[in-house]
Amino acid sequence: MKAKLTLSRRALFGTSAAVAATGTLAACGASTSGGGDFAMISTQFTPVEEKQRFEEILSEHVSTTSVSYTTMTAPEMLTQVTSQVGSGNLQFGLIGGLHGDLQPLAENLEDIDEALVETARAAGIAEDLLELGKLGGETTKYIPWMQASYVMAVNKKALEWLPEGADVNALTYEQVLEWATAANEANGSPVFGFPAGPKGLYHRFFQGFQLPSFTGGVITTFQSPEAIESWQWMKDFWAQCNPSSTNYDFMQEPLASGEVLVAWDHVARLVGAPQDNPDDWVMVPSPTGPQGLGYMLVIGGLAIPKGGDVETAAQVIEEFLKPEMQIATLEKNAFFPVVEAEIPSELPPAIQLEFDAVNAQQGADGAIVALPPVGLGEQDGELSQVFKDCFAEICLDGGDPGTVIPGKAEQVQTLLDTAEASCWDPDPAGDGVCQVG
Amino acid sequence: MTSRPDTEHGTATTAPIEVDKRPLRRHQFNRALIQLACILISLFMVVPIYLITISAFSTRQGLNEFPQPLWPKNFSTETMATFLNSTGILAATLNSLTVGIGTLVLASLVGAPAGYAIARFAFRGKDPYQLFLLFTRALPIVVLSIPLAQVFLATGLYDQPIGVILLHTALSLPTTILITSSVFLSVPIDAEEAARIFGCTPVGAFLRVVLPLALPGIAASAIFTFVTSWNEVLGATILTFSNRTLPAQVLSTLGDSPVAFRFAGGLAMIIPSIIFIAIMRKYLLNMWGTTIR
Amino acid sequence: MSVSTTAPAKERAPQPSPSRARKRSPALLLILPSLIFMLLLFAYPLAQGIITAFSDPSGGFTLGHWERMVGDNKFIPALRNTMLLIVVLIPLQFAFALAMALLLQEKPRLSGMYFYFWAIPLAVSDLAAGLVWLSIFQDRGYLNSVLDGVGLPVVSWLHYENTTTMFIAVLCAELWRATSLVLVIVVSGMQGIPKDYAEAAAVFNANYWKRLRHVILPLLKPSLQVALILRTILAFQTFAVAQALTGENFPLLVGETYRWYNFLTNPYVASAYALLILGISMVTAVVYLRVLRDQSQVGKR
Repeated sequence: MKAKLTLSRRALFGTSAAVAATGTLAACGASTSGGGDFAMISTQFTPVEEKQRFEEILSEHVSTTSVSYTTMTAPEMLTQVTSQVGSGNLQFGLIGGLHGDLQPLAENLEDIDEALVETARAAGIAEDLLELGKLGGETTKYIPWMQASYVMAVNKKALEWLPEGADVNALTYEQVLEWATAANEANGSPVFGFPAGPKGLYHRFFQGFQLPSFTGGVITTFQSPEAIESWQWMKDFWAQCNPSSTNYDFMQEPLASGEVLVAWDHVARLVGAPQDNPDDWVMVPSPTGPQGLGYMLVIGGLAIPKGGDVETAAQVIEEFLKPEMQIATLEKNAFFPVVEAEIPSELPPAIQLEFDAVNAQQGADGAIVALPPVGLGEQDGELSQVFKDCFAEICLDGGDPGTVIPGKAEQVQTLLDTAEASCWDPDPAGDGVCQVG
Repeated sequence: MTSRPDTEHGTATTAPIEVDKRPLRRHQFNRALIQLACILISLFMVVPIYLITISAFSTRQGLNEFPQPLWPKNFSTETMATFLNSTGILAATLNSLTVGIGTLVLASLVGAPAGYAIARFAFRGKDPYQLFLLFTRALPIVVLSIPLAQVFLATGLYDQPIGVILLHTALSLPTTILITSSVFLSVPIDAEEAARIFGCTPVGAFLRVVLPLALPGIAASAIFTFVTSWNEVLGATILTFSNRTLPAQVLSTLGDSPVAFRFAGGLAMIIPSIIFIAIMRKYLLNMWGTTIR
Repeated sequence: MSVSTTAPAKERAPQPSPSRARKRSPALLLILPSLIFMLLLFAYPLAQGIITAFSDPSGGFTLGHWERMVGDNKFIPALRNTMLLIVVLIPLQFAFALAMALLLQEKPRLSGMYFYFWAIPLAVSDLAAGLVWLSIFQDRGYLNSVLDGVGLPVVSWLHYENTTTMFIAVLCAELWRATSLVLVIVVSGMQGIPKDYAEAAAVFNANYWKRLRHVILPLLKPSLQVALILRTILAFQTFAVAQALTGENFPLLVGETYRWYNFLTNPYVASAYALLILGISMVTAVVYLRVLRDQSQVGKR
């Protein structure tokens, strides 16, 4: 009986093997990345149109080799890079991402001081940006690729509620709150929005704008009276925001749909709002606080995975740093050059709005540059989460800033200790691990 | 034994005319109620699909209107075209089909025999075995996929449809085994025994008697397997890189795109599944159309 | 022929000893491939998960990750939401699916078309389902458009403060998305109910509810049991719909696993979550099996 069983099992397998064979024919897989010779993975330009535009830029400006461009979220990238570098079987040669995306990858990146730093200097990349590329360590892990910041987009309809005497191009935190309150009352429903969705970048507001503007620092002034005051401001401001904000990831969508009229966000996440009718919009610098105008720099960088083809990758990176490529990226995808490049006088209208706002922000009196957290490695995500938790407990759950914030200080210190991270701007760089103040 | 339909009403039935009409009227009323219920449920099931369809074929500005029109007022194929023209959609569809069919075949080959064993045989360790199956399905896919990615990278299965097939088979085996076992359970054992008495070998009895009866149910389980694989995104994203399946590709292409594109991508993913169910509907229909005895 | 002979076929399996001895070996042979397959694919990741959940970065044993998990401000809401969703959703879904199957059993006109419509969500991924229902429930979505159109006030269904409407939205979406699975299993189970039983019962003047209670439901029990366990375990695994609709305002356990693994790059706590889900699912499954089996024994007496 056993023999018969196996026999007809073989028959069964025979027929199904035929089916399986058709599958196996295709089992080598069909390439979904465009099939270039050299693969780049990136967390940037993920929206479908931006990606298509960047693929055009790549084919136009990169001649070394044909580069395929695969986008993924930062966590996916972390998984891909760590598992591929770990197994020594690399499917890609170049990594593009924001400073914060590259941070947890540091151990898996090639040191590129020799291969690229001189080239980068020659292209005119500022020293402090190059310093960021060390990710808090001794050696250069990434080369700056492009930069951006966060500003406010304002639908002109909202200007009528602007507090008297306020200049929309130089607002203070106080005026923003007054404005939001007046607009909410006059309109009958909130007019301001805040990117507090799951993919929103609201934690960057606390880290790079609110705290530096109110306290002059972030970590060293974490639980100072000024910090508590700033969170009280945030609580009051939130009360005037559209409560749907907890679902907003990219502010350009609720802005474009008219759900909200004023919002702060990353320039690349605002550019879609004025796209169709730029005349209805203004873009203005982030507000100024008691200590000045704190703003966070967004830096995108290019890195080479450990064990990758450094030579080819370096050639490609060199082409990324050419002024023409950088200008094309600005014109099409709203990221600003890091190299010295002459900005054309005629930019697309939406880009022009952003360009002016970013320039005004950087040139403002009392500007305080805040860097994204440096040297945090894998703790980067958890540090951001602490700020998100502060927001949730103070604004959503109605907690008192005076009790919530001191309760989080210890958590922040633990993270810094684990990562052995020194302070970064705007906190004064000192010796040893950064201390929560 | 016979019975008169009016016995339920007992003594109330005096005039012969009423006896005939009341149950009939009630019957008609019931039929109408059943139709009404069916229509309401159908609306609940279909209207959301209709809404995403008109969203997917609206202009981006049209989606910003309020109130939203419930008919295709701002018809446009722009977002859909942009989505379909983005790199890799065709290749991803091909990969998804490969993975789906591969999973279906592998899961049925490995799973159906086990389902039969559970339905027909008492063996030691049956309950632990069934629990073990469920156990595997209860582990979140993220935690499952990352160690697998490392194993696949080391063995060369990474970024290959076969790797995703293996994961998806593992994910759908518990369901395949459970569904097929309940299908085999519903095939009367008498029929099989009769075949055995008339000289069939166990295998012959299985192939000639049990399998034909169980086939519609197995088809249903296969549909479920295919659909599970077609829609699975978390594991596929981790196990592939440049040979992505459709949902993984859609997620990476559209995850951060404006909502108009996401509607287009969502619909583009739903349509093939609707067609697939339409083709396999016959089997699903057979399932209650044929009675076993 | 009596009811008990056909339905629980497994009761017949223990047969006279000679045939029993012969039957054991094919059973093992039949389940062996699946056993090997599952062990190959699951053993390593599972071991890895357990090790991760209990080890500190330097490799020692620690319960710290579990403490962090329990201490996290989203842990209690996630646990509560997951339980609440399952406790409300599953019975609702089964009642709904059963009603749908029974309607089909009446063979109304166009029943083929209805069945097709009702099976469609089976093929819709949770990502797409989340999108579909987002377009309905969002502030300027279709539901509010309709409410506005008929002059009713609009409701902010998905606001973080409106926990109830948020829950209703998730419930609706999940009901829509996942009932088809139960329906297909139940319908395929009804296939196994010989028509003559119901007819016989009708002949003996059993009214519809009695027939349902004493004939159809008991015969459906094997299918319902499968559907129940399967659906519950799958329900523990879904979070995409809730996430699409509510962002992080309606946390679920699996969503938290995902968040800790990806966004907080902390595989330790994520593994702890994963093991917790595994544990809860298994306890639920065992309870189901126990309860359903006990009832069946009670029924036999």
